[in-house]
Amino acid sequence: MEAFSMLAQLTGDEEKAAQAASSAGFAYGLAAIGPGIGIGYLVGKSVEAMARQPEAAGMVRTTMFLGIAFTEALALIGFVVFILIGL
Amino acid sequence: MLAEAFKFPEINAILRWQDIFTSFNKIALIAVAAAVIGIVVFLLAGNKDAKVAPKGVRNLAETTVEFIEDGIVMQTMGKSGLGWTPFLLSLFIFIYLCNVPGIIPILQMPATARMAIPMFLALLVWVVYNGVGFKHQGITYLTHTIWPPGVPVALKPLVGVIEFISNIIVRPFSLTVRLFANMLAGHILLVTFALLTQSLITAETQQLLLKPMAILPFFMLVFLTAFEVLVAFLQAYIFTILTAVYIGGAAHPEH
Repeated sequence: MEAFSMLAQLTGDEEKAAQAASSAGFAYGLAAIGPGIGIGYLVGKSVEAMARQPEAAGMVRTTMFLGIAFTEALALIGFVVFILIGL
Repeated sequence: MLAEAFKFPEINAILRWQDIFTSFNKIALIAVAAAVIGIVVFLLAGNKDAKVAPKGVRNLAETTVEFIEDGIVMQTMGKSGLGWTPFLLSLFIFIYLCNVPGIIPILQMPATARMAIPMFLALLVWVVYNGVGFKHQGITYLTHTIWPPGVPVALKPLVGVIEFISNIIVRPFSLTVRLFANMLAGHILLVTFALLTQSLITAETQQLLLKPMAILPFFMLVFLTAFEVLVAFLQAYIFTILTAVYIGGAAHPEH
């Protein structure tokens, strides 16, 4: 409750900084949802494929890392935005 | 209150160091050291007798070259791409040696956590793969990148715009941001847990349980440091393998 009463007393620049901080948190949180689901699905399927065909594990692993790299980029852009507007 | 004792430093305080001399700081020092170490190790390895069984430096160098050939070139470009091994090897070694100082005590700063080095490397890769495309396919490279074979005529304007943006503009950008943001995120995580440990240990408090609790963020710090060892390698690997994929795609558009 203390935090809320402090928020009410903020003025001008302080309020802007507080809004920036909270929206940065939201931005990163939202940006992490999609890639989180995507990477989970991707790695799960890759493990399934490796378990079914252990002799193809090397190729599957390479492709998996590629897929992770592409998916992860979205979350990382979210992280960069978080740095840009939050700090 | 603990929340008041714990002040996160300015982002500049985390990422900068005192300039050694004008416009030459820790990042530049690490980058130069990374380049020099890579060159020296491979020069030493190259001077060894190739006929005797490899050991020491040469063993290390041969393992790395083999890893690049088998793990990256053969997986993405096939036999015809083996000529690219030196370029990919230099990229890999340089990025890895720039990443690793993030977990070396005292240095504690990955040189790739600043935008400049990843951006320059990504632009270099951009120039290389576009150059390779023009060299192998001539002017048809442009139409091939913009319209993959088999696109219906009605869709050409839409696909053209999308493919142009994703192949020409987004690729270097995402290469840069992937490496830079991964290393920066790792560095900030380490800073956060180190600061948490410190502020718990030095907290002025009457509660007996608070100081021993510093063991929790400390364990997290140790765990994350181990994780960063993996990340440093993985990001160098991913950057190199994506470069190989882009060059392979520009040289042989069919697959």
